[in-house]
Amino acid sequence: MSDTHSNTVAYVRDSMLPEATPPLTEVGAIRWLRENLFSGVLNIILTVLGISSVIWIVLHIGPWFLNAVWNAESLAECRQILDGATGACFGVIKDRWHQLIFGFYPPSAYWRPTLAFVLMLVALAPILFAGAPRKLFWFSAIYPALAFWLLWGGTIWFPIIAMAGFAVGYLAYRVTLPLSTLAATIVGVLATILWWLYLTGPISNMLSGALPIGIMPIRSDSFGGFMVSTVIGVTGIALSLPIGIVLALGRQSDMFLIKTVSVGFIEFIRGVPLITLLFTASLLLNYFLPPGTNFDIILRVIIMVTLFASAYMAEVIRGGLAALPRGQYEAADALGLDYWKAQRLIIMPQALKISIPGIVNTFIGLFKDTTLVVFIGILDPIGLSNAIRADSDWNGIYWELFGFIGLCFFIFCFGMSRYSQYLERKLKTDHR
Amino acid sequence: MKKTVFVGTLAAAAAIAGTASAAKLDDVKARGELNCGVSTGVNGFSAPDSAGEWQGFDVAVCRAVAAAVLSDPKKVKFVTTTGQTRFTALASGEIDVLARNTTWTFSRDVDLKFTFAGVNYYDGQGFMVNKALGVSSAKELDGATVCIQTGTTTELNLADYFKVNNMSYEPVPIETNAEAQQQYLAGACDVYTTDASGLAATRATFADPENHILLPEIISKEPLGPLVAHGDDQWSEIVMWTLNALIAAEELGVTSANLEELAKGTENPEINRLLGNEGDLGPMFGLDNEWAKRAIMAGGNYGEIFAATIGESTPIGLARGLNAQWTQGGLLYSPPFR
Amino acid sequence: MAMTNESSGASFRPSMLLYDTRYRSMTIQIVVMFMLMAGFAWLVDNTVENLRALGKDFNFNFLSVRAGYDINQRLVEYTNDSSHGRAMLVGLLNTLLLALVSCVTATVIGVIAGVLRLSKNWIVSRLMGLYVEAFRNVPLLLWIIVIFAVMTESMPAPSAFRGENATSSMLFFDTVAITNRGVYVPGPLFTTSLGAINLGIISVSINFLLILAVVVGSLWANIRLLRHATAVQEATGLRPVTWWKSLLILFAPITVVLIALGFHLSYPSLQGFNFQDGTFLRNSFIAMWLALSLYTGAFIAENVRAGILAVSRGQTEAAFALGMRPSWTMNLVILPQALRVIIPPLISQYLNITKNTSLGIAVGYMDLRSTLGGITINQTGRELEGMLLLMLVYLAISLLISGLMNIYNNSVRLKER
Repeated sequence: MSDTHSNTVAYVRDSMLPEATPPLTEVGAIRWLRENLFSGVLNIILTVLGISSVIWIVLHIGPWFLNAVWNAESLAECRQILDGATGACFGVIKDRWHQLIFGFYPPSAYWRPTLAFVLMLVALAPILFAGAPRKLFWFSAIYPALAFWLLWGGTIWFPIIAMAGFAVGYLAYRVTLPLSTLAATIVGVLATILWWLYLTGPISNMLSGALPIGIMPIRSDSFGGFMVSTVIGVTGIALSLPIGIVLALGRQSDMFLIKTVSVGFIEFIRGVPLITLLFTASLLLNYFLPPGTNFDIILRVIIMVTLFASAYMAEVIRGGLAALPRGQYEAADALGLDYWKAQRLIIMPQALKISIPGIVNTFIGLFKDTTLVVFIGILDPIGLSNAIRADSDWNGIYWELFGFIGLCFFIFCFGMSRYSQYLERKLKTDHR
Repeated sequence: MKKTVFVGTLAAAAAIAGTASAAKLDDVKARGELNCGVSTGVNGFSAPDSAGEWQGFDVAVCRAVAAAVLSDPKKVKFVTTTGQTRFTALASGEIDVLARNTTWTFSRDVDLKFTFAGVNYYDGQGFMVNKALGVSSAKELDGATVCIQTGTTTELNLADYFKVNNMSYEPVPIETNAEAQQQYLAGACDVYTTDASGLAATRATFADPENHILLPEIISKEPLGPLVAHGDDQWSEIVMWTLNALIAAEELGVTSANLEELAKGTENPEINRLLGNEGDLGPMFGLDNEWAKRAIMAGGNYGEIFAATIGESTPIGLARGLNAQWTQGGLLYSPPFR
Repeated sequence: MAMTNESSGASFRPSMLLYDTRYRSMTIQIVVMFMLMAGFAWLVDNTVENLRALGKDFNFNFLSVRAGYDINQRLVEYTNDSSHGRAMLVGLLNTLLLALVSCVTATVIGVIAGVLRLSKNWIVSRLMGLYVEAFRNVPLLLWIIVIFAVMTESMPAPSAFRGENATSSMLFFDTVAITNRGVYVPGPLFTTSLGAINLGIISVSINFLLILAVVVGSLWANIRLLRHATAVQEATGLRPVTWWKSLLILFAPITVVLIALGFHLSYPSLQGFNFQDGTFLRNSFIAMWLALSLYTGAFIAENVRAGILAVSRGQTEAAFALGMRPSWTMNLVILPQALRVIIPPLISQYLNITKNTSLGIAVGYMDLRSTLGGITINQTGRELEGMLLLMLVYLAISLLISGLMNIYNNSVRLKER
């Protein structure tokens, strides 16, 4: 190519100059530094401030970590080993980590909550990840009974018979369906409730007498630490989902009374601090229930936490409903679907899918808020840190416990928030 | 999704729920377990060890009652309560006995409607200060910053004391003993005030106990004891006499070591009545004759429990003081077993 | 049933109550109302029965009984001889004070952190990311406890300021003392007092009212001046010089009033165990303030970031094309538009701050929950009345805040025509 034109015009250069190396300030690390750290006066100041604060923190916390003592039976022993130097005494974590995680659960049964936790992830997989096999939904459906049995133990018949309540209800529904749909629904629900109230106990007792299959029963007062936070948080969120859906629909309803009640409930719960609801669970619930009723504080807390979470859940789902295009509602109407069918087949599946990131965020908030149960004497991680410090061996220890608890919370919540961000990005369909 | 857990637990809970109107003793026996309210952690009085077993002076009372009623000191369900939730838990019947450093006062007895089953520790509110402060009397504390545990009688006593002596102070209310200790050691308050036993126990765990002194003033009477709800005399008597049995056992020289020996019968009719070889004391309140023997067996007599949990050989190192037997110049005085 | 009376015409059949859409919603509402009333009656009946079994009654007389306990931080007159009702008022004011200052600082922190997180400066954006994630993913309660402990452990005790060889000294020409009990700053004092107006429960100093009136008046006058200047500018194209008039209007009246009242500062000084005089910001207050601001600030930062990202990229490019500086672009173009996205979540963050002040119990901050919901309930045994009152007060505060913020939100919302 150059041959043909080489001599036609003298002043046209016929060969490329070799590429000059860019100036030193425009390549590699220096360019990066210049563009990212020192691009202006303000940026230089910010960079210097940032770097110096990092150095300051490292200088102050570094020795504490480096001198950490892991093998000590008590704080006094730690102090002896450190001999005046600053250093962490992680012996307390080594000594008490199992309590911070499982509370007073018998060590021989630690596999049960662990297994329940792992299975929970499996059960959640079809809900959270679209790629999971759909058959896992069946596992998700029986998981609550399984988790109950694993955590509380006892005879295996009780959860099985309780689960059978759904089958009984469905059967009753099918049998009465020819009469009328409404009657069938009422009969189905009633049958399930009656089954739970009057037949579950006797039948499971009978079966466990005949066929004693079961594991050691463990009561909820031995729950503690992160286990109790997880149980309260997960149960609260799971139970609040149906209530939240009903409240969200109620808030959108045309019926004045239904709408008023839903709005009133949601605004009331969202207007008072969780801690007052927890105190209600611990101080007042006994007033509101029939005389002589008396059940477990953890169950009472779960009830109040469920009510609390359902108000927030209702708002999340309302957001999901609002995000659906109006055309979806109109299309459902055009197909001649009635209200419930439209909700079940068209609206809810889409609205819930959009709401999942919001639900995960609600769960993160609730999980963090479970730390408030320490104020009503439940030994969650923070409560246990107080109890551990009441032991003569560890009296006076401080940062190590809070650091450990904070780290655990961080790992949990950060992981979940990352998941919800990933989902949000995936669900984001508008292209801008 | 978790509906069954909820309903299942509800059903299970409803199944074990007792009725408040029935006699407590029957409830406890039917349940096979004593629900005992303790604090979430007070050094020496109640705290879980690394195996998750509750240990301490208050805990021992619960174990003794469980041993007397259910023949097994392990059959106790410890319900942790805070200063705020303890009374409601007792009034609602969630717990059968509250053993949580609770001061016996008129209004708690009459207005809040609880029955105190005696006193297991005679205490009084004291002050602890750093030696470097150069204070030797509580009268010199005008203008001081005082750490107090909130939700107790302590803050009322403190307000009264400074008012009577015409002094001012800056209260720093703290939720738990562990936090208060942290504040005090860092110098965020000049004085830490709580029950003198608690102060001594706290000081014992300091890195430098010799630099802190307890001021001589004891500004209140704090008779601490287990309590039950009003309205079931039989139950309050069981708790009261179990405590008395522990105290009487020490007075009579019955220890966990010689208990089996003495239970075979002795010359002393009072010991025989206590241990069930003579008379029918137990059946009078619905227990068998060996109830006291079992209660003492659980953790030893009062003196043994004291020595094992908060006594001078423990890190807490409390002297018996007022809590010695009346024969030794203390206040412990069990009514006769007759 | 009442429904039959409302039926229209002879063709009415009872089944229409269920299958006719005209009647169905009415039927459902009446059924729901009956169920609600039954449920409510059941709760009330249980409560009455339980109260009788416990030998208690339901009344609020305890609010007028002597409280007997002391409160360290009080914005109105209170001694241990005051009533429980008064203690509740002190707690309520403490709650409101904490919520107010935390909302302000959380907003400032949140906006700065949110903007800096999008900064091109690698270190700064990473540090802000670290801050946001660390605070969002660890429970607030833990942060409160940790910040409180850090302040207690790392600041000097008042005794360190004492004596010849003091290890610590006061800052800013001996006017501010930072101790592990809190921060002592100079406090305002007046030599002349104009008395106080007694409003029944609280008495308000006339000095304070006067200063407030003067400040509000000056601000209003200044706004009038600026509006006038704008009007002149629009009419003539020339903006009159206003800066010295503004300064005069803003500062002259207040200075005159302050001098007339004999305004001076009282400086903290070490006397006895503690610093005396000046204004004392207690550690519990500072810890709550910092923790609430930093924690909520992290959430607000995320909202701000989302709001800025929601403003279309073209807006920035258009601003650059007009030759605006980056800082102007941010302040005049991006933030005003982002504000519309930011404000609704900001309202709920403010509500969260208000509700989270109830965690003050963890560090002994004497807010509403610690006074009424804590010591008062504990000393009087009136948990039912106390908790109901507590919930109602919190509810009222929340509704008030969301009402006010919604009015503001409506005023800045994009007016679509």
